[in-house]
Amino acid sequence: MKPSKAIKGGMFFTAVLGCAVVIIAMVVIVMVTIIHGGWGTFSWQFITQAPTNGMTSGGIFPAIYGTFLMVLTMSIAVIPVGTITAIYLAEYVSSQSILARFIRFAVNTLAGIPSIVFGLFGLGFFIEFVGRNLDRALLPAGELRWSQPCLLWASLTMGLLTLPVVIVSVEEAIKTIPRDLREASLALGATKWQTIRRIVLPGSMTGILTGGILAVSRGAGEVAPILFTGAAYFLPHLPGKLSDQFMELGYHVYIMATQSTDVDATAGIQFATTMVLLLLTFTLNFTALIVRSIMRSRARR
Amino acid sequence: MKKFSIIAGCALIGLFGMGAAKKQVITVKGSDTIVILAQRWAESYMAAHPDVSVQVTGGGSGVGISALINGTTDICDASRPMKNSEIDKLKTRFNSLGVEIKCAKDGIALYLNESNPVNELSLDQLKAIYTGEITNWKDVGGKDEKIILYGRENSSGTYVYFRDVVLKGSDYAPATQTLPGTAAVVNAVSKDPNGIGYGGAAYAKGIKLAKVKKDAGSPAYEPNAETVKAGTYPISRYLYMYVRNKPTGAMKAYIDWTLSAEGQQIVSKVGYFPVN
Amino acid sequence: MSTFTGKHTIRVGEWVIETSIRAIAFVSLAFIVLIFVFVLREAAPLLIGKATDDSGAAVTLAKLFSSPFWMPVSNHPTYGIAALILGSLKVTLISLVVATPLSIGAALYTAVFAPRWTKEIIKPAIEILAGFPSVVIGFFALIVMASFFQHLFGLQYRLNALTGGAALALAVIPIIFTLTEDALTALPKQFTEASVALGARKWETALFVLLPAATPGVFAAVLLGFGRAFGETMIVLMATGNAALLSLGITGPVRTISATIGAEMAEVVFGDAHYNVLFFLGFLLFSVSFSLNVVAELFIRKRLMKRFTGAA
Repeated sequence: MKPSKAIKGGMFFTAVLGCAVVIIAMVVIVMVTIIHGGWGTFSWQFITQAPTNGMTSGGIFPAIYGTFLMVLTMSIAVIPVGTITAIYLAEYVSSQSILARFIRFAVNTLAGIPSIVFGLFGLGFFIEFVGRNLDRALLPAGELRWSQPCLLWASLTMGLLTLPVVIVSVEEAIKTIPRDLREASLALGATKWQTIRRIVLPGSMTGILTGGILAVSRGAGEVAPILFTGAAYFLPHLPGKLSDQFMELGYHVYIMATQSTDVDATAGIQFATTMVLLLLTFTLNFTALIVRSIMRSRARR
Repeated sequence: MKKFSIIAGCALIGLFGMGAAKKQVITVKGSDTIVILAQRWAESYMAAHPDVSVQVTGGGSGVGISALINGTTDICDASRPMKNSEIDKLKTRFNSLGVEIKCAKDGIALYLNESNPVNELSLDQLKAIYTGEITNWKDVGGKDEKIILYGRENSSGTYVYFRDVVLKGSDYAPATQTLPGTAAVVNAVSKDPNGIGYGGAAYAKGIKLAKVKKDAGSPAYEPNAETVKAGTYPISRYLYMYVRNKPTGAMKAYIDWTLSAEGQQIVSKVGYFPVN
Repeated sequence: MSTFTGKHTIRVGEWVIETSIRAIAFVSLAFIVLIFVFVLREAAPLLIGKATDDSGAAVTLAKLFSSPFWMPVSNHPTYGIAALILGSLKVTLISLVVATPLSIGAALYTAVFAPRWTKEIIKPAIEILAGFPSVVIGFFALIVMASFFQHLFGLQYRLNALTGGAALALAVIPIIFTLTEDALTALPKQFTEASVALGARKWETALFVLLPAATPGVFAAVLLGFGRAFGETMIVLMATGNAALLSLGITGPVRTISATIGAEMAEVVFGDAHYNVLFFLGFLLFSVSFSLNVVAELFIRKRLMKRFTGAA
């Protein structure tokens, strides 16, 4: 009986270890394949030049620039909103209250909504509703500016998608702020807002930073929400206004893989673009990981 | 934090404020089939005329036409003629029927895997293959293998054109795999020994083109400049540019240039065929 | 916390700030409602029977579910969404069949057996996987995996449900792993101690005590994984072949709900029946993810309640 149990135990151990190994192997294979395929094409010129020859050669600078503008605009919208929501949840309501539960449920739901639905929403709400009414109010009849896909709407759509990421990170950071600090501040006569500004906000900076980085990483990688809210196939000029369309890295990967004019000639570009996107999100996530672990170890002390 | 807000603030101001350059801007929007061509035209034209900026975006013929109707583009590229219902809408909005410019010819090529022994197909065979009546290559002179169908997404002008001209309006077999771009179709066929796909001749790399004949008795032709121009290649179409009113000024200069010898040379370079 | 607010001197400034904070905190709640309203609004003509196709025929919900064909751009358009729903379910289930055992196994290993240094490899690796943009996985599946699978299994179709599902598993694994691992480590220490005291081995404890005890959490993890896979767009759009077939085969091409929206939305005429149907599909996706979230929430909460009452 005993040896067979030992064998069973060994088998079980091998099986669960095997699962972990398989997953790690898959991560490594994907990364290695893509880096291997893209390394030959990757160069300084590749990330600083625009595509040329009908996108069969040249670089991807406009896509990098467009991605940057999008995540910047997105951050400006999502970081304050996310931070304030987290502060409200942590400081203004008890976690058992109905309100807090409702908001938390909304945040969880938001995190679970498929990204393509955000795209539809961006189209239906921002472009077809907000944009159309803005144009009706601001522009001479027949002229359109905000009721078409553009940088602003894509960024806001993406901001909505990344909102839960920021809220969760900031909340986690706020929880690490010692209770006594707040109580001391309040006891000294500071108002609640003064306490938040002087104690809670500074204490949650790392959380805001992590949340921001993770949101940027997520936003830079998602494609479905911007398919119909602002991404462009090709633009000869860099976007200069919020009402311009823009090229984007993830979208560029998609169109290069499915719509490029010469599949063989652009294979290197496809891999290299994917590699840039992968390394970008990898670096961002890794930074967030480090910032968070610093935060956690500081909280433990 | 403060520094960040200043940087962000500057960037925002830049975003709102910039872009109002004094250049003459021509916006071009529409068919993904034409976007490669339009983009090359824009590149060359802007190199020679730095005072003009030609902005090209794809999205599909439908997108281009609705942008023309909505007034958000100056030129619309379309791989199919405008429908009457669309012209009506343009008329109600702008009191104009629009101006149609045929800017290039395109042969819809049939892509086969290089290992496929089949070299030519008739229009009837193509119809039978794509509607699912013929499902085995041996019925059209090939190996005893199942035919794997590839096609374009239903939003593309090519999908509609092929259905109307080759399938005579019937629907595609449901087993047709619709891929999001012509490149994806070419890529799929190049890797699938039993695949068949269709799309612009311009894209054909790494696969072979089937010769197409009108009916079983007639000679088969490959899509090239002569056969498309002469109309002997049976599946060819015009590519169009639409504008709202008779073009003037910079727009006229640009359109005239695209139709000039220089512009039409770019057409051939991209893989389409000159109009004249 | 809120009891600490200055009680006697409620200053105006403080009130303004608190009100604005409260208002902003409702943004996420408001947007959930807005998403519901606006996605439904664009699908509305279909629901109230006002949608007609180009030929003037009415497009109704009944037709949507009963028609076997998805031929939205046709001289006689048919909007049979059954094939799309089947496609989404097929790909999702395949991805879960691949991802669930792998993730639970790896989570058991990490939570029960792994020494500290292995944890420091596994957890970041999973986080890296979670950070892979879906378009990158889609690209990998389209270019590399599809050919590999075709040769490995001798498949007739290069792009098919199996390849798409396997690629999708890469996106689902981090979710199931993380939540399962959380559920396992959240179990009270007494479970292990009691089990070991009764003479059980580590693996017996893991399999017969910890895993059953964590079942609600694991179930919630699989549900959320289902939600992620069901709504994922770029991977399936690129790797499944997108043919809307009403078949149960897993080696043929499939067309999913999300890929259909992604591929067709950009070019439909706004306001016509096709547009309404695509928004209706979006509404379906929204409803599925919303319900899954509710169920998962209940399960996790129940588990927490049990733990509290058990500990008390």
